[in-house]
Amino acid sequence: MRYLYYPGCSSEATGKAYDISTRAMMDKLGVELVELDDWNCCGATSYFNVRELDSFAIAARNLAIAQKQGDEDLCVICNACYTTLAKTNRYMAESPEVHEAVNGALGAVGRAYDGTKAVRHVMDVLINDIGLEALGEKVTRRLTGLKVACYYGCQYSRPMGAFDDTEFPVTMDQFFQALGAETVDFAGKAKCCGGMMMLTKEEGALRLCHELLKGAQDGGADVIVCACPLCEMNLEGYQPRVNKTFGTSYDIPVMYLTQLAGLAFGASPKELALDKQVVPCDRVVAAIPA
Amino acid sequence: MTELATISEAKKLHRQFYEDVMSMPGGEKIKICQQCGTCTGSCPTSYLMDWGPREIIAAFRAGMIDRVVKSNTIWLCTSCYSCTVRCPAGIKITDLMYELKRIAIKYDLAPKDGKSPAMTKYFVDSVHKHGRNHEVELMAKFMLTKDWGLPFKFAGTGLKLFTAGRLPLFAKNIKGKDELDKISAYLEAQEAKAQ
Repeated sequence: MRYLYYPGCSSEATGKAYDISTRAMMDKLGVELVELDDWNCCGATSYFNVRELDSFAIAARNLAIAQKQGDEDLCVICNACYTTLAKTNRYMAESPEVHEAVNGALGAVGRAYDGTKAVRHVMDVLINDIGLEALGEKVTRRLTGLKVACYYGCQYSRPMGAFDDTEFPVTMDQFFQALGAETVDFAGKAKCCGGMMMLTKEEGALRLCHELLKGAQDGGADVIVCACPLCEMNLEGYQPRVNKTFGTSYDIPVMYLTQLAGLAFGASPKELALDKQVVPCDRVVAAIPA
Repeated sequence: MTELATISEAKKLHRQFYEDVMSMPGGEKIKICQQCGTCTGSCPTSYLMDWGPREIIAAFRAGMIDRVVKSNTIWLCTSCYSCTVRCPAGIKITDLMYELKRIAIKYDLAPKDGKSPAMTKYFVDSVHKHGRNHEVELMAKFMLTKDWGLPFKFAGTGLKLFTAGRLPLFAKNIKGKDELDKISAYLEAQEAKAQ
């Protein structure tokens, strides 16, 4: 099994551990990831504020490179990258005008894209290409007894809903159950963490994170798992700010889904960059039966 | 913030926005909004807004473009897409908010002290400079111009992130970074030609 791989900008900074743990986990699963050549920023949500066509065109530069580089699907780990790249495909398919304008712009730099490169979230790849049964067989250290709050965030399944429900996604829960964990009832699992609003309107974003952390704690979660670097940063890095603002005392480990799954597939905490987490994860590792 | 001096300016802006919205795939659906309020009810930040998304659509359709682009509403949209997936009329409300932000920036109607427009600008600058968003540079520029207090509020965690190697100081440039400028220039020229 082989995929082209788009790490995304956060994987070079705050979200490094997501990239490192994805590679380590996929290695244990025998899946080959080939990094996309000279990839650029997908544009995320900020770029849409400049010009819609611009954002589709710069996202499409990556897809054009992917098309040239190989026939494999493009595997993406960050929710925002995933949605931006997949949305570009969707809009190019829905609108001949967008398709034409994007290709006009790509033509100006000697590139072309026909709109057909499949963009896949890493969880989509795990669940639908490898499959729950095969994944269960790969487990070397079952997550027995561990209570996990699966936090999907927004752009995991919204707006496209390509591989999971837009209101009540379940794939991450199914995945961690297959690895032996117990997933807790978590009403906020697809609610917003505030995203970039943490920097531009902090009080609003802190309240959203407070509600999410409360939901996970009320569910008795030992750990929250995330599928997006911005969600991870907000839920983990801002726990002290939430505590100060709301008089709470949250101290909940937050991990990337690939970090926790990597442990189950036999990768070491070091290989999964668990030392990069702000809230220490030792107790999570210790809670997993050897 | 620029004042919209004349009615003709506001009308021109309304027409411009209307045309832009109609050119988006599915954009014409704004005509069939029945003002049910599902968008506002679904919005995680509507309680902070001058006007909820439902009211923004009503004001826009009534030609009250001044109110629309000057509201804080558009800058509080977090792109969670809850409204978009729930709208019974299939209106892509998140895309509408993007469109409004674009119009506000383009016509210099965004609040001058606004953090969100500045964040957008720095983000795009970083992408064009390096080909990728350099998070540390983005945060540093944002702190220096918009939020001096941030390093102090965030000192403990910032230090942890730094020592864990999550805040690299230097950016890596991609080989094809000039392509992004060329892509933007091409689309700008096309837009100018169309107008």
